[in-house]
Amino acid sequence: MRTKDLSRTTRSRITDVIVWIVLAAGAIFMIAPLLWMISTSLKTQLEVFALPPVWIPEVPQWDTYVRMWQDSYVLSGFRNSAIVAFTVTIIGTFTCSLAAFSLAKMRLPYRNAIFIGLLSGIMIPFPTIMIPQFVMFARLGWVDTLLPLIVPAIFGNIVMIFFLRQYLESVPNSLIEAAKIDGASYWQIFWRMIMPIIRPAVAAQFILWFMAVWNDYLAPILYLNTPEKQTLQVVIANMNVQYATQRDYPLIMAASFVSLLPILAVFLVFQRQIIESIALTGSKG
Amino acid sequence: MTSATTPAAVGLGTAARKKAARRTPAPQDGGSTKLHRIERRWALLFVAAPVIGYLLFVLYPTGYALVASFTRWNGLGAMQFVGLDNYVALLSDERFHLSLYNTFFYMLGIPIGLALSLALALAMNRRLVGRAAFRTIYYIPVISSLAAIAILWQWAYNGDFGLVNQFLAFFGIEGPNWLADATWSKPAIIMMAVWKGLGYSMLLYLAAIQSVPRSLYEAASLDGAGAWQRFRAITLPMVQPVTFFLVVTNIIAGAMIFTEIQIMTPTGGPEYSTASTVFHIWQQAFKYQQMGYATAMAIVLGVLILLITLIQFRLNKRSSFVID
Repeated sequence: MRTKDLSRTTRSRITDVIVWIVLAAGAIFMIAPLLWMISTSLKTQLEVFALPPVWIPEVPQWDTYVRMWQDSYVLSGFRNSAIVAFTVTIIGTFTCSLAAFSLAKMRLPYRNAIFIGLLSGIMIPFPTIMIPQFVMFARLGWVDTLLPLIVPAIFGNIVMIFFLRQYLESVPNSLIEAAKIDGASYWQIFWRMIMPIIRPAVAAQFILWFMAVWNDYLAPILYLNTPEKQTLQVVIANMNVQYATQRDYPLIMAASFVSLLPILAVFLVFQRQIIESIALTGSKG
Repeated sequence: MTSATTPAAVGLGTAARKKAARRTPAPQDGGSTKLHRIERRWALLFVAAPVIGYLLFVLYPTGYALVASFTRWNGLGAMQFVGLDNYVALLSDERFHLSLYNTFFYMLGIPIGLALSLALALAMNRRLVGRAAFRTIYYIPVISSLAAIAILWQWAYNGDFGLVNQFLAFFGIEGPNWLADATWSKPAIIMMAVWKGLGYSMLLYLAAIQSVPRSLYEAASLDGAGAWQRFRAITLPMVQPVTFFLVVTNIIAGAMIFTEIQIMTPTGGPEYSTASTVFHIWQQAFKYQQMGYATAMAIVLGVLILLITLIQFRLNKRSSFVID
């Protein structure tokens, strides 16, 4: 018996080592393109096209990063992306939380009909309505401003409402009834009681939403024409077109890398929350 | 991490939450006291923003799209009603057919990605040194912006200096000029999409695997089931809801593929071999101002996605029972 156990643990150890090696090899594949992006951004023109490839530039060209801020729209792109992402997520989270409270915990006429109606909005994909939306905003004179990216989104995000409403269902009604009896207004109940309760769910959804807005590309390229009004994703995509002909790949890679930095930073700080909330969002479906 | 974010409290379909929901039935709409009237007014006010947003930015454009799809329209002038002409034209628009074919072709990446990510999730489920680091590394492409990733891969696919071919050259293989070759352009996009999405599906599989009761495996082991049998009889059925979810959401997302196509192949690729349907719609609408015609295509695409979404809602209803 004892020897059998022993052999089993040894066998499992060997499997562990093999699995570890496979995972490590896979990890190299996952990270190599990104490392290459960073390394290319620091290369000289000669090194970019060198064969065999140069992984570590002999003299890192930090100057590329300085150049990028000077003669491109990266800075304004950053500013525009930040304006859109923060406005949308902060105001949108607020409207979503209010709506979730109303839909989960308040006496609302036709509550289920309203909820199902909102939910049906998920079924209509953006490409289907992008042309009428574009014409609508064009008539308002909003093309080439950030408003078409901000305004529809601050009215709330159905997925987030769905998620928060689900979360609120586990909160006992008696808590809210008690607050009402104590004379709290609905606003006070929402702000002092509901918001603290749903904070973890809000935080998770907030980060996911922020990443989605920051990384969005289709809506920004529809609406933004003037370089200094574009969001970061559109700016780097345009740099890609413009500088590729000049073969200035270090500059393109530097800008691409910089565009990833804010989200990478948020991810590394909030890794656990992000991973857990994605696992939950997915498995709940 | 507070207990409030554990799956038991948040996740749909978990037994604990269902019990909690039963304990606290939602308030009913009935009642006509003054207090209830006040509450209803506040409730309406609180839910007003998403409802207005839905009417203005979803329902109204949808109706508008339906009407516009029956017109010849450049987006500026008046619409000229042409009946079913746009839809009839679609039947003989070879580029539209090609774009649909390409869009479906890209979905070949879905089974590849799922198989790889399930294998990865099984591997990650073992207690290994550096597991957290692995998880992070595999997940970084998921959170990265698609625009930056597309630029990176476009460069990696360069025939002469690209990373992919340099890697292949290491094994003595001469790679094609991926994105400039009609045979290889679609596989190239698939490869990149699999790379980008691997971490996401892996994570969902990992969550599902970890929620399988250990006792099931122990009982199976006692009955003499080998590792493969345990995988076939326990793991695979238990992760099936996640598989359904991933297949359907991947199809929906795949039907809307655009960013990587537009950035990596701005002309739609050699012989239009990479153009997706959304790319084709975007070109027709915003390059050639064929708004009516493009809208008809968008409606066709929307109906396809709607059908898939309806299937997803069906399956989700089922999957929440299975997870229980």
